[in-house]
Amino acid sequence: MIRLEGVTKRYRSAAGVRVALDAVDLSVARGQVFGVVGRSGAGKSTLIRTINRLETPDAGKVFVGDQEITAMKPAELRAARRRIGMIFQHFNLLNAKTIAENVAFPLQLEGRPAAEIERRTAELLDQLGLAEHAKKHPAQLSGGQKQRVGIARALACGPDVLLCDEATSALDPETTDEILGLLDGLNRDLGLTIVLITHQMEVVRRVCDRVAVLKDGRLVEEGATADVFLHPKSPVTRAMLAEGEGGETHDASVVPAGGRLARLTFRGGSTYAPELSRVARTTGVDYSILSGRISRIRGEPYGQMVVAFTGGDADAAVAQLTGRGVVVEAL
Amino acid sequence: MEFFVNIDWPEILRATRDTLLMLGGAMVLTVVFGVPLGVLLYLSGKGRLAANPVLNGVLSLVVNILRSVPFIILLIVMLPVTVLLVGTSLGVAGAIPPLVVGAAPFYARLVETALREVDKGVVEATQAMGGSTFQIVTRALLPEAMPGIIAGATVTAIALVSYTAMAGVVGAGGLGDLAIRFGYQRFQTDVMVVTVVLLLVLVQILQMIGDRLVARVSHR
Repeated sequence: MIRLEGVTKRYRSAAGVRVALDAVDLSVARGQVFGVVGRSGAGKSTLIRTINRLETPDAGKVFVGDQEITAMKPAELRAARRRIGMIFQHFNLLNAKTIAENVAFPLQLEGRPAAEIERRTAELLDQLGLAEHAKKHPAQLSGGQKQRVGIARALACGPDVLLCDEATSALDPETTDEILGLLDGLNRDLGLTIVLITHQMEVVRRVCDRVAVLKDGRLVEEGATADVFLHPKSPVTRAMLAEGEGGETHDASVVPAGGRLARLTFRGGSTYAPELSRVARTTGVDYSILSGRISRIRGEPYGQMVVAFTGGDADAAVAQLTGRGVVVEAL
Repeated sequence: MEFFVNIDWPEILRATRDTLLMLGGAMVLTVVFGVPLGVLLYLSGKGRLAANPVLNGVLSLVVNILRSVPFIILLIVMLPVTVLLVGTSLGVAGAIPPLVVGAAPFYARLVETALREVDKGVVEATQAMGGSTFQIVTRALLPEAMPGIIAGATVTAIALVSYTAMAGVVGAGGLGDLAIRFGYQRFQTDVMVVTVVLLLVLVQILQMIGDRLVARVSHR
C-alpha cells in the first residue's frame, strides 16, 4: 500500500547540512498498522511527512497505492492527499470553526455538494461519539475529544491510509488507551492502513502489526512487533524497550552456585500453560524467577522472564522447553 | 470669556460628517489594499507557503518606506498624485488617497503579524487535506487570524482619526481642521475643547466596536 524507496531528506541551515532521512526503504501492506519509533530528532516526523509530501524528499521515491507521490504535479498531489488522512499531536483543529465545521472542512475543500457534506458530517460525528459537541468550538473540548474530532476530520473523505503523527503524545494514559482502541477498531472495521510515529513503545505494543526503528535518519530494525519487542537486535531498540519497562531488573549475584541463567520467551497459548512446572517435575530442576512480564503485544499474549535453573538435568529442561515452543536464551 | 460663544454648531456638524466620511472611505480602502498586501507579505516570507525572498524584500521595503515618512510630509508629497487620482487635493475626496497610502502599509503589517500568530499546524493540516494555497489563505488562515485582523483594523481606524486631523492642514476639512483653524489659530478654546471631545468620543466608539467584534470572532 505504501512504499518508500531510498528516501533521503537533508536540511540545510547556517550550521551546515543535517541528514534527516538517509536512504530509507520501507513497505507497508494494505490493512496493516505500521509503527515507526525512534528518539526525538531521529527523523520520524520527516518520514511520515514524506508519505503525503508535506516534506518533499531530496532523493528517493514514495508510492501510495499504485501512484508515485513524489512524481505528482500540485493538482494531482492535492487529489491524492484527500485519500490520505492525517492526525496530529496537537490536533491542529481550526479554532474559529465549530466541531461540525471542522469535520466538514475537508469535504468543503473538495467541493462536495452541501447536502452530502451535511449527511457525511452527521454520520462521522455520530460514529465518533461527538454528536453532542457539534456546535461547540475546539477550545471547549478535552484533549481526547479534540483528537476524536481530528480523526473524524481525517476520515471525512474516506481515505485508504491514515497517518498518525505522535497522535497520542499529548494525551494522558487513559485517553491514549481510548484513542488507540479507536484506531485499532478503524483498522479492523474499515481495513484502514495506518502508519503511526511515536516515541511511546506502549503505543506500538498495543496496536502495531509491524514496527520500524529509526536512528539518525536510518532504519536500524524492522519486523513484526512481537519479534522486535521480544528479540530486539539493535542497541537503540533494546534501550527504548528497557526504558518503557523499567529494564530487566534481575541481579546476577543472586544466582546460586552451579545455576544457569536463561531468558525464556513464551508466545501465544503457551504463555498461560504451566510449562515451567511440568518441565521442572520431569527433569528435576528447580527454578527461580528473577524478573518477568506477562502481557500482550497487539492482542497476542506473551511472557518473558529471566529464570535461574539449579539442580536436576538443566540441558533436558532447556530441550523440553524449546520443544514446546518456548524460546530459551542463555544469559 | 464665556464658554461656547464661538461655537457654530452647524459648522461642527459639517466637520464631524467630513471626519466620518474621510474615516469611512479611507478605512474601507485601507482594508481593501492592506489585507492582500499583508497576505502577500506573510506568504512570501521565509519558510511560508509561497516563500519568495525577492518579492518579500521589495514589498517589505515599500511598506517600510511608506511607514517611515511622517504623515504630514506624505500629505504634501502625495498632492500631485491625489490630483491625478481624484481630480482635487481638497475636501474629503482629496484627503482619502494620502490617508490610504499612509494607513494601508501600517495595516498590512498588522495583518501579517496576525497571520503569523496562526499555528503552523493549522496550515499543515489544511495542506494535508488537499487544500490549495488559495483555500488555505481564504478558508483557514484568514478566519483563524480574524481576531487579530479586526484588532488591527481597530488600531488602524484610530490612527486614521488622528491622520484626518492632520489632513486638515492641506484643506481636507473635518474636526481636526476646525480645531486647528479656530481652536488654535483664533484662540477659541471652546471650539478646541468641543472638537477634541468629539474626537475622543469617536475613538472610544471605534475601540468599543472593535473589542466587541474581536470578542465575537474569538474562540480560543
